[in-house]
Amino acid sequence: MKAVDVVTSAVSNTFRAKVRTSLTVLAIGIGAFTLSLTNGLGTGINQYLDDTVASIGVDDVLTVTRTVDQVQPSNGPAEYDPASAGQQTSGPPGFAQAAPMTEADIEVIAAADGVERVAPVLSVTVDYVQHADGTRYQLELSPIVAGMQVELAAGDQIDLDSAEEQVILPDTYVDPLGFSDAADAVGSTVTLAVTDATGTQSPVDAVVVGVAEPGLVSMGGAIPNDALTTALFDLQQVGTPEGQAVSYQQASVWFDADAGEESRDALVERLADDGFTAQTLEDQLGTITSVIDAIVLVLNGFALIALIAAGIGIVNTLFMSVQERTREIGLMKAMGLASSRVFALFSLEAVTIGLVGSALGVLAAMGVGQLVGAVLSGSLLADLPGLTLIAFDPVSVATVVLGVMAIAFIAGTVPALRAAQKDPITSLRYE
Amino acid sequence: MTSPLMSVRGLQKTYGSGSSAFEALKGVDLDIAEGESLSILGKSGSGKSTLMHLLALLDRPTSGTLTLEGAETSRLSDQELNRTRNRAFGFVFQQFFLNANASVLDNVVLPLTIAGVSRAERRTRGMATLAQLDLDDKASNRANDLSGGQKQRVVIGRALINNPRVIFADEPTGNLDSTTGKNVEDLLFELNRLQGITLVVVTHDEDLAARCDRSIHIRDGLVMTHEAVAA
Repeated sequence: MKAVDVVTSAVSNTFRAKVRTSLTVLAIGIGAFTLSLTNGLGTGINQYLDDTVASIGVDDVLTVTRTVDQVQPSNGPAEYDPASAGQQTSGPPGFAQAAPMTEADIEVIAAADGVERVAPVLSVTVDYVQHADGTRYQLELSPIVAGMQVELAAGDQIDLDSAEEQVILPDTYVDPLGFSDAADAVGSTVTLAVTDATGTQSPVDAVVVGVAEPGLVSMGGAIPNDALTTALFDLQQVGTPEGQAVSYQQASVWFDADAGEESRDALVERLADDGFTAQTLEDQLGTITSVIDAIVLVLNGFALIALIAAGIGIVNTLFMSVQERTREIGLMKAMGLASSRVFALFSLEAVTIGLVGSALGVLAAMGVGQLVGAVLSGSLLADLPGLTLIAFDPVSVATVVLGVMAIAFIAGTVPALRAAQKDPITSLRYE
Repeated sequence: MTSPLMSVRGLQKTYGSGSSAFEALKGVDLDIAEGESLSILGKSGSGKSTLMHLLALLDRPTSGTLTLEGAETSRLSDQELNRTRNRAFGFVFQQFFLNANASVLDNVVLPLTIAGVSRAERRTRGMATLAQLDLDDKASNRANDLSGGQKQRVVIGRALINNPRVIFADEPTGNLDSTTGKNVEDLLFELNRLQGITLVVVTHDEDLAARCDRSIHIRDGLVMTHEAVAA
């Protein structure tokens, strides 16, 4: 029997018992649907993170912090070490706790081979922001490095090198600060205040050059330029006791991105030897991605359980089919059909059920994904423009379909073997 | 005398083992000449079906030899046995064993499909065979929609399509009324006479047996009588 004939008859045999096959296809479809949805969720969120990084387009900067031994709960309390006793930074999960770095550390980093430029990131704690004697609001600063872009509701990108103190305000501050809309805020002056070491509050005026849409980079924070950061930092340092070195939480290191990944990895290695942790922005997002991947993996596990249950349905369906067609199998074997072909006929039936079921499941998941995306983007996810909650890329869709077909094949082997081993004479006598 | 097409010596077949062993055949000697028609008569349980299964290479004997065209069949592999059955033999069973949902044409060309013949050639040869049996207008009908006699003609067409050397017929008229049964018999003997296809008929119908060139009676696993009938 030719392969093409085996496939054709397997496919047509699959739909001989329509109701029975449809129910099994439905069961497989539900499993594939669940798997596609959970997969799509992972794809959607990771795609959003990737897009965000890509739109920032900074690939020649490393964020460097002093390496801190992570305190492992099982190891008991860590010993006190004056050098690493730093303030804890809050941030997305995965960002290492940073110990303060000194000017000496900055020099060590600058001396490392491959470092083109290093700039300490000044950490400033703003007390409040105020516009024209209005209500004062708390504000957090989210400094960015050259090359980063933020999505703007109005105005321009910030000019980091400008001598004038500039700031980009988050969209959420427009209304409270008393502006009528985002465009109204652009060009006006706001007051930011810091407290120095002596407890005195000092204000600094800054020009609002733009208003940022909420996004991953600037989530909730205002973006200052270097002139503003320096002005605030200097005010904050007033009254710091002599002898206590100026300290930084982290530093930005510029390197030659054209030299390739290997030279970047070598640089990260060298900095690690000096006691620093260097991460690209992608590395930092990578830790978030892996958390999401882990969650998706657990959800996929549940979907897989549904698929295995559906696979047992395939075993059942095919056993009935083999039973019903005992005499047909006997006849074909009497006429010289090899046992291997009988096996192929029945296992291909299982694969066909898997293919149809997974195709239906994936299509249904795509439909639901579109629907959910459309509903949520107007309500729950309105703050995150550009996020497609459930996205489908060809590779993961193909993986789901092929994976389901593989499960179906494995499920089909048991009844297919039973069919292949049938003795023609006994089968022909079967009533 | 030319050497026989099939030759059987000391053929034994035992089912089971030990105390529950059942000897279906206790040593059968038989020669089948090319182009003859042979009937195997016997009551149910006599071993006549077992003999046919062994002759048709559907089963292997417990002991004894079976030569087909001078070749000893016990040395053939499963694959060679499959090929021999597919090319040299045609089968007609009492229950039609047609695929009820497939078309008449698909049923008739099943041995060719199994042999791996291309679709176009299957169609050509299938239609030729159906025309020979006056069934060409039913080619695309479902096998289930045919009458009993038509079904048995489809079965004969299926046995015929690969130009076999031998057609094995197991109670070919058992499920038919006497008129259609007669027609099917006529068809089988016509093929035997005109195309020289050897015919081996297993039956308990004395009238059918009488139309064959030769009959053997099987009782309790042994050949009782040979009788030659004037054709």
